[in-house]
Amino acid sequence: MNILSAHLLSLILFLPLVGAVVLLAFPAAKVKAIRCVALVASLIPLALTLVLWGSYRAALTVGEFKFVENYPWFTSIGSSYHLGIDGVSLVMLLLTTLLTPLAILTSFNIKERVKAFMILFLVLETGMLGVFMALDLVLFFLFWEIGLVPMYFLINQWGGEKRNYASLKFILFTMGGSLGLLLAIQMIGVVCGTFDLVTITASWPALQGGELFGIPIATVKAIAFWAFVVAFAIKVPVWPFHTWLPDAHTEAPTGGSMVLAGVLLKLGGYGFIRLVLPLFPAESARFASWLAALATAAIIFGALAAAAQTDFKRLVAYSSINHMGFVVLGIAAAAWAGGQTNPTLRESAVIALNGAVLQMFNHGLTAAGMFFLVGVLYDRAHTRQLAEYGGLFAILPVYGAILVFISMASLGLPGLNGFVSEFMIVRGVWPIFTLFIALAMIGLLFTAVYVLKALKLTLHGALNEKWVGKLTEISRRELVVIIPLMLLVVIIGWWPAWILNLINQTVMTWF
Amino acid sequence: MPVPLLSILALTPLAAGIIVLLLPAEKRSLIRGIAFATSLFTLVVSAIIFFRFDTTAGGYQFIEKMNWLPALGISYHMGVDGIGAAMELMAGIVVLSGVMVSWRVEDRPREFFAFLLFLAASVFGVFASLDLFQLFFFFELAVFPKYLMIVMWGSPKTREYGGMKLTLYLFLGSVVALIGVLAVYFTSGLRSFDMLALEQAGLALEFQRAWFLVIFVGFGVLGGLFPFHSWAPDGHVAAPTAVSMLLAGVEMKVGVFAALRAGLMLLPEGMRYWAPLILVLATINVVYGAFIAMIQKDFKYVIGFSSVSHMGLVFIGFATLTREGLTGAGLQMFSHGIMTALFFAVVGMVYDRAHTRDIRELGGLFRTMPIAMLGFVIGGLVSMGMPGFSGFIAEMPIYMGAWKTAPIVAIISALSIVITAAYILLVVRRVFFGETPEGIRAGLSDISLMDKIVVVLLSLILIVIGLFPSVLVPWIEAGVRHILVLTGGA
Repeated sequence: MNILSAHLLSLILFLPLVGAVVLLAFPAAKVKAIRCVALVASLIPLALTLVLWGSYRAALTVGEFKFVENYPWFTSIGSSYHLGIDGVSLVMLLLTTLLTPLAILTSFNIKERVKAFMILFLVLETGMLGVFMALDLVLFFLFWEIGLVPMYFLINQWGGEKRNYASLKFILFTMGGSLGLLLAIQMIGVVCGTFDLVTITASWPALQGGELFGIPIATVKAIAFWAFVVAFAIKVPVWPFHTWLPDAHTEAPTGGSMVLAGVLLKLGGYGFIRLVLPLFPAESARFASWLAALATAAIIFGALAAAAQTDFKRLVAYSSINHMGFVVLGIAAAAWAGGQTNPTLRESAVIALNGAVLQMFNHGLTAAGMFFLVGVLYDRAHTRQLAEYGGLFAILPVYGAILVFISMASLGLPGLNGFVSEFMIVRGVWPIFTLFIALAMIGLLFTAVYVLKALKLTLHGALNEKWVGKLTEISRRELVVIIPLMLLVVIIGWWPAWILNLINQTVMTWF
Repeated sequence: MPVPLLSILALTPLAAGIIVLLLPAEKRSLIRGIAFATSLFTLVVSAIIFFRFDTTAGGYQFIEKMNWLPALGISYHMGVDGIGAAMELMAGIVVLSGVMVSWRVEDRPREFFAFLLFLAASVFGVFASLDLFQLFFFFELAVFPKYLMIVMWGSPKTREYGGMKLTLYLFLGSVVALIGVLAVYFTSGLRSFDMLALEQAGLALEFQRAWFLVIFVGFGVLGGLFPFHSWAPDGHVAAPTAVSMLLAGVEMKVGVFAALRAGLMLLPEGMRYWAPLILVLATINVVYGAFIAMIQKDFKYVIGFSSVSHMGLVFIGFATLTREGLTGAGLQMFSHGIMTALFFAVVGMVYDRAHTRDIRELGGLFRTMPIAMLGFVIGGLVSMGMPGFSGFIAEMPIYMGAWKTAPIVAIISALSIVITAAYILLVVRRVFFGETPEGIRAGLSDISLMDKIVVVLLSLILIVIGLFPSVLVPWIEAGVRHILVLTGGA
């Protein structure tokens, strides 16, 4: 038992991969067994994450991580297998291990090549989990990149009509973005002589004055900073790096979209918090307003674009840009305040960063829920055009109620989860970027516009007669997927303390 | 007396090849059996050498030395350092794979397998040579089987052109290198071709600078160094599958290995002086090769040009003259050898069934040959430097070496990662996914068990190195330590 508890993170990390290898041995025809194994292989990490949650005791000093595992891996370049978590990573781990089984359960409707689908999905989970645990830059990059491959194939093989275009765009955008990240990581590794994040966090920011490669060190750092930022900004995505997202999300199979919006986008936000802020405190403070401006643009344009869509899934996809914009805005405010000494401003920054992390979790729940609900409708109607729906409340009352519920959470209705985090971000950012947050409010208004538009065109109005008798009510399996999400939406809406405390303890050590 | 493992490794295929030639041509199964048994045996021997190599001690091990032509200072001198040991193992794997995918060669199998074994003898010999003349001997031993195999069993349209081009390029390169080798021989005043002695000869700075390029580039032609790379895609494409695997997988490494031994290690000052030029050429290799690969219509040419691109990284690693760069170069030699053998094996399997290599005429092959698809995808991931696979393990140190000496090289050549990803994904999609065109449907069938074993074995090696670099890195580092002593680097 001792060995198990000392390697809890590795266990969570590799169990999905083990599940994938086990599935490899299954005959492809045994669809039911394959589905069950995949589901179980993703449920065990969830259970273990809950164990992790229960036994987690917050670190009190900056740079202290829990459940650390550190073994030599690629010694000739100074990279090690170094895992560890703090409160922020723990929240992200919970999100990942929660959404993956739900997405797998959703994907029970996949009929073609179930085995390959499930294997890819489990590999994807390992990739995502690794990013949230890695404390070594090379290891971080490894997991960061490795998740792209299964996602590419999920979109490319099980996606919609434009899947070839969408999947290639997705992977090339992300790989192109991570090119700068890779080069910057190599450069930092060469300068610091190690890739260990904890060591680098201590030595790299302290490096000031003088020259590197014949260029003033400040310039090198500024370039490296932007290399990191672009990689993460593409993933989040921040305007104007977002154009891969609507295509990828729209074309991906439902389970893929859930994880894509629910977890993959958070990798970008997490990258900002885990790497950009600690490694480039000075540059973050210096360029924070640029980042905030881009985030504000993402909020406004994301909402406007969503409001203009005629395709339900594309609408939801654009709404992700809008919601993730708040995350980046909160992070930008924290970045800016990192360079300040005024205690009120720093307190606001803590609130903003707390809000940003919680918003990531919340958006994970609602975006996954929205994509799921769009998928439920698409599975039955085989169209995503809003204009072809209409009046569905009359024939799908339960589904309609759930759609309204999740939409309200996404819109930020008080009492539901989105409100808590968005309010915290608005409250935290206000004294720091007053203008930007005021502008972002316009975005918030349009959020209401597109959400209501979607509800109106699908559920209300005249019933499109062709659906009568054709559309069936949400099934029991589908209810099992959505109910946990709905419960969490309400719980966080009324009592966010259980999760906020965890985030806050970690964030407080940074300020 | 210890068992002369290296001689056994190099001479067994030679002997087996001769025996095969003496057999009556009708005895096909026996011929195949001998070829298979021999290549399996050499793999086992190379594995024994690899695993018994003491990586902590480093230096040259398994040394055998005999007088050969004492009057000329030529000796039969075998021995491997860590890099050599790794190369022997890689060659052993590729040779066995080559024999296995050639199982169904129906046209004159006796000559085919005999020549293949001669080729194997040549590469095993080069990697173990510690005498310059002997290195040259084994190096040139490959010429005639290579040429004959391409023109006799190659693809009908281009085999004469490809075979001729390859042979002339390599001949030219080796003649130039020979001149350089002779210059070293005479100038050193040792009257010996013994490389261990020549390493310590302390050749004059001016001499090293003047003659370095002659030797390094002469051998480098076989490594595909820009602008002398154009034999590679044509030659690889014209060759039959097993020869493509050996050519791109092992022979190109023979070229860079000889350039390393005779160029870098004998003339380290020359390397230091010319490093900027090599870096520029190699960077062109990397980026230009990737771009050209992207626009190819022929499945096999894509892989041919990708080899040009990847070998550039080996040269970059050498030219950085840093511990990281050299380690990465050694890893890349191993990784690329396995990867490209896998690629060409799959290309051959596809061609055997579809009878076309035009990407536009292929499609949907995953339905009939899923394992081949999987192998190609894994090779592709290695090729695009995806972390978790051996390509990343090799490229990362090379880039770090470049950061230490010439950051701009790292930045420019990193572009190739995205280009490679683009062309690999496009090829994977067009060849293995989508609809199967009517024209090729008739001939499609799954790959044979032999083929599957090869694909799975090669794929697993690439993954294992990618996840556990320590299975290979200590060997390469043992070799690099010795090189750094010679170059006086840290």
